[in-house]
Amino acid sequence: MIRIMRHLVARDLRLALRQGSDAAMVIAFFVITVTLFPLGVGPEPNVLARIAAGVVWVTALLATMLSLDRLFQADYDDGSTDLLVLAPIPLELAVLAKVVAHWMLTGLPLIVTAPVLAALMNMPGPGYPVLIGSMLLATPTLSLIGSVGAALALGARRGGILISLLVLPLYIPVLIFAVGGVDAAISGLTPRPHLLLLGAILAAALPLAPWAAAAALRHSLR
Amino acid sequence: MPNRFSGHSLTCFRGERFVFEALEFHVESGEALVLTGPNGSGKSSLIRIMAGLLAAVDGRLEWNGDPVAATPEDHSARLHYVGYQDAIKPVMTVRENLAFWAGLRGGVGKVPEALETVGLGAIADMPAQFLSSGQRRRLSLARIVASVAELWLLDEPTVGLDRHAVGILEGLVERHRAGGGMAVLATHQPIALGGTERGLDISGFAARRQIFDDVEARR
Repeated sequence: MIRIMRHLVARDLRLALRQGSDAAMVIAFFVITVTLFPLGVGPEPNVLARIAAGVVWVTALLATMLSLDRLFQADYDDGSTDLLVLAPIPLELAVLAKVVAHWMLTGLPLIVTAPVLAALMNMPGPGYPVLIGSMLLATPTLSLIGSVGAALALGARRGGILISLLVLPLYIPVLIFAVGGVDAAISGLTPRPHLLLLGAILAAALPLAPWAAAAALRHSLR
Repeated sequence: MPNRFSGHSLTCFRGERFVFEALEFHVESGEALVLTGPNGSGKSSLIRIMAGLLAAVDGRLEWNGDPVAATPEDHSARLHYVGYQDAIKPVMTVRENLAFWAGLRGGVGKVPEALETVGLGAIADMPAQFLSSGQRRRLSLARIVASVAELWLLDEPTVGLDRHAVGILEGLVERHRAGGGMAVLATHQPIALGGTERGLDISGFAARRQIFDDVEARR
């Protein structure tokens, strides 16, 4: 079972690298959008420092969402989904493998880029470890919740917009606790409860999201 | 003892209309069942129902008399499905495409042999985006050679194939049957399976009713 999951992850990574990659697009979007804020809000260091965590996190959410419509769509269009459903592995685990690949292609690059962009936004020093920690805990959740939206939107016209409508409201708790944790650290409080809550959301999404996404995928074939 | 795959009183409801109803079929080890019927008579739907990809609104599938619905994993493990879509990734090579699907079923070792069998051995390292439609079809068929499954469900397997490739397919089905396998093919083109295949014209099961007449059927 683990072997098949690794096989699936390797295939998705290989496909993404060959196709010249959504990952690069996601990061480019992330960088460009964050750099718009100093231009729009003005280069006042205190103002930027105040909104740094929020801007980085909101943009990370949007960047993740941009990449979601490709998650199942390509397989759906060329008939691969049929064969995945028939593969000797529970569809839930196949979905989980695709989510893992998606996270490696979008979540990991976001985690690496976020501190650089936070520096650009003049974020105070104590915020960085918590920013990275919250990203490590929460980006897998973004991929997991996103997979449900991506699976539900299969076969719909303008699926990308539908995914945003489905998924963004579900991202709100992640956003609140992630930004809250960073802000707490900056103002000298402990970020621990925020990080624990992010961990709890991840622990809940890990079994629930693949299950829901697999059900939506099966439904899309009907 | 030969295995027996059968369907009883199958009713298919697609796109707000009944496609066929009260359809019966059976196929045993060593047999081939050729589905015929005009466009839209439900051949593809029936094959997808047989594969478990589509649910019939009524009726049941049985394997040796046991309901397939009770053990869906066992059912998908014993079948190969070749649909009208090829599931080919254009950026991967011919070999990589096949190795992926074969690897899911533990058949990586047989990839070179399978590619030779369908006549794609010479272009195994070519990206699949340059394949012609007939070659894409051959690559799909290579999947069923690369790993073993007892039940072959082939939806229009001959579309786009040249005469030589149709001959290869006929040979494959013959060998599969000789080894105790069973095959269901939906096709418009004549295919020579030694004259021992059985035909099933599913237009004979065309639905007469247009709407649900009772709540029971909806389940």
